[in-house]
Amino acid sequence: MEALTWTGSLGTTLGPIMVIAVAVLILSVVGNFAAAFASSTQQVTAAGGAVVVPWRWSDKTSFFELVIPAIVVGLVLYAFEAFTADPTLSTWLAGLGLPGWLTTTITALVFLVMGGFFAYLLQRAPAALFEWLTRWSFIVIVGVIVTFVFFSQFAGYGNAGIVGEMAKQFLPVWIALVVTYTLSILFKRRLGLYGKLFDSVIGMIGYGLVIFWVFTAIFVGIFDLVGTHDPLTQISGLKNAPPGVPMPEGEAGFAHYLLGGDNLARDIFSRMVEGSVVVMMIAPLATLFAFMVGITLGLPAGYYGGRLDTFLSFLANLILAFPVILLFYLLVTPEIIATGLPNYMAMVLFIFPLVFFGVLIHSRYRNQPSKDYLILAIVLAPLVLLYLSVINQQGSPIDFWPLDFFDIPGGILVVFVSVVFVNSPTVFRIVRGLALDIKTRDYVAAAQTRGERPWYIMLWEILPNARGPLIVDFCLRIGYTTILLGTLGFFGLGLPPESPDWGSTINEGRKLLLIYAHPALPPAIALLSLVLGLNLLADGLREESLKD
Amino acid sequence: MGLFILRRLGVMLLTALCLTFIVFWLTNLQPNLEKLAKTQGNARMSDAAVETWLGNRGYTRNVFVKYGEWLGVLPGYVIEGTDGETRGRCANNSTITEDMSTFCGVLQGDWGYSTVFRDEVSSILGERGWQTAKLMFFVMLVMVPGALIIGVLAGMREGSRTDRSLSTVSILSTATPEYVSGVVFIAVFATATFNMQWFKGTATSAMDNITFENFTLPVLTVALYGMGYIARMTRASMTEVMTAQYIRTARLKGVSFRNIVLRHALRNALIAPFTVIMLQFPWLLNGVVIVETLFNYKGFGWTLVQAAGNNDIEMLLGVSVVSVFVVLATQLISDIGYVFLNPRIRIS
Repeated sequence: MEALTWTGSLGTTLGPIMVIAVAVLILSVVGNFAAAFASSTQQVTAAGGAVVVPWRWSDKTSFFELVIPAIVVGLVLYAFEAFTADPTLSTWLAGLGLPGWLTTTITALVFLVMGGFFAYLLQRAPAALFEWLTRWSFIVIVGVIVTFVFFSQFAGYGNAGIVGEMAKQFLPVWIALVVTYTLSILFKRRLGLYGKLFDSVIGMIGYGLVIFWVFTAIFVGIFDLVGTHDPLTQISGLKNAPPGVPMPEGEAGFAHYLLGGDNLARDIFSRMVEGSVVVMMIAPLATLFAFMVGITLGLPAGYYGGRLDTFLSFLANLILAFPVILLFYLLVTPEIIATGLPNYMAMVLFIFPLVFFGVLIHSRYRNQPSKDYLILAIVLAPLVLLYLSVINQQGSPIDFWPLDFFDIPGGILVVFVSVVFVNSPTVFRIVRGLALDIKTRDYVAAAQTRGERPWYIMLWEILPNARGPLIVDFCLRIGYTTILLGTLGFFGLGLPPESPDWGSTINEGRKLLLIYAHPALPPAIALLSLVLGLNLLADGLREESLKD
Repeated sequence: MGLFILRRLGVMLLTALCLTFIVFWLTNLQPNLEKLAKTQGNARMSDAAVETWLGNRGYTRNVFVKYGEWLGVLPGYVIEGTDGETRGRCANNSTITEDMSTFCGVLQGDWGYSTVFRDEVSSILGERGWQTAKLMFFVMLVMVPGALIIGVLAGMREGSRTDRSLSTVSILSTATPEYVSGVVFIAVFATATFNMQWFKGTATSAMDNITFENFTLPVLTVALYGMGYIARMTRASMTEVMTAQYIRTARLKGVSFRNIVLRHALRNALIAPFTVIMLQFPWLLNGVVIVETLFNYKGFGWTLVQAAGNNDIEMLLGVSVVSVFVVLATQLISDIGYVFLNPRIRIS
């Protein structure tokens, strides 16, 4: 078996198109910026929108409006030349046998002149041209990527290189993505806020990144599909091996380590996709718990105000004034875990969902006792059992409940608790602020006049009307929780050292980073793309929810 | 105004007391103390020996008493040990002397002794803090102007293509935690992987001699994460100002766009970012810990990791006091600064 190249033979056809499209995209974005700085080409309407007016040379057009874009564009072109694998211009100049400094000067001058020409065009051409170029080069880039992914599915093994083989491994994820997007866009008018997300490009990109990792976690965690090797198996000879390295003779299974081997000769690609399972298991659930805690405490603090508010706000500020890393180091050390402190904290923090659902149901059906008790029993009985099973851990200070269905692996509970603990004060502050704002509305006054109880008003009048900002913050906060999980992993706290989660893998990779850069990069980029997706998704949701 | 500052100071003092007590209590839990006894005394001590070792040094008493002593409001203990030696807290746990003071706590300037660095906590804090101050200075130098420029440019024409691209850039920067950007920067700019080996991947040499080569990557890494957030806040405040009535009046008077932005809008738009920059300090502290660990720059954050990882109780307490103080002080400055900067609040 030979080592794989990055894109194989499929890349040689699509590569040039991609390079040109990327170059055009960068140049047109730069051009856009320059056009925005040159204030003579754009005027602003009273509403704040930009209107393009034809350019004409007048005494108002300053010298700098031409020179600055020229230098910027020249530098970009020069950077392109300097960092491509085989620079054309300098090679040609070097062939003439000129001294080095002259070559550099000529190269710089040529690019400066090219930049000047570009800047001149930019002054003449309407900014709309750059908009058009940006949009179409972006569409071409997306098109090339889609084409590559599509054709690599049919390419023979290794013909599409490392990227192509990874694209093949992700096949179930692609199918799920296409199905989700098709269904969502077909029915987007009937899907409320979720459907509106598909009106904004930013929101769609963000949502795509997020559900890409969600589907990856599902297919890896439940169906064991995407990964190529076992994330813990070591294969001798592949320690710190470069991406695309073939397996040694006689090893069964997948023929290559797609992204190379790590310091313990494990497959980096498999560990990266396996890491998404850990994140997807902890981050959304921990954020949900933090929201339960924040909502259950924040609503009364904002609604009642007074001493309760002062006290709870003080507590929240107390936790917020702690540097997060110090708090983690204090909570997630083996000595503290031995005292059982995280278990006690879990006992307190996990009771909030029970309280939340109990009060939610009871405040609604208070006047129909039979219905009330029935729904309460249906909802609370499984929750209470779950709660007791979760907090009750064998060998920990809380070990009294005989009906313990499962034990959460030691590290995960501690990590979960500390992440919930760090996140809930911020949620508390947001909910409290929203409650303070909404309680002055007329419909709250109407409910008070009707004689509704305070908790009914809080949970059934205020909370539904605060959902917009809360949903947006929920997305952002999952991203922040992911960052926190990574931080914990980065300092080697909580999760076991062989755990494939992204933070721990980055931590392991950074130790030899200056010698082998490839083990740390895939988890870092995976984490970045997920958090970026969540942030973009939140931005799209905010934009769309503000529209109505 | 005076009353407002006094009340804020009071709350701040209470918060500081609570936080330091929590840290004190967590670091003085039984398992931590046992570990301390085993590392300081003898690793193979029996449980009974650990108990007497701790008892002779006053560790087994009530946590409130110990906290009072550490703070310096209760007199330091003098214990006649089971081994016949009389130890005093104010004599650094050795035999008591005549000229020993009665109180020795943080308030008296006695921060204790670090078991990892084998030095006085206060001198280590001063030295390491200075290193971090240098890092912070350069981070601020890069982050604040960068964020303000991005925010103002994005916010001056809401909804324009510039706004969209710059907003996406700031979202990208808030989505990149320091350990990701740091690792990517090192892999790209400090190793031969991408043929762009321009900077150094460690900042150890920057402690004595800061150069462009060894300090760029750590500074960029910390600055990048905070930059996006401040830029977004600046943008929000700028767009709000640009829709104000007085800007429309200026525009109708025929003031040029450049003058509107620079003379009329900028001053009012920079009030909100000021408070945000101040409140950004706790986050910067996190970034500093990660970056100092990643780039092996032996400053305050690196000290925190060493102290916490090696159960160095007094060092950890000193570090937490300083960081809690920094956080609370910046909160106070941001509150007061907001009042001073905002004419509407200042005059009423």
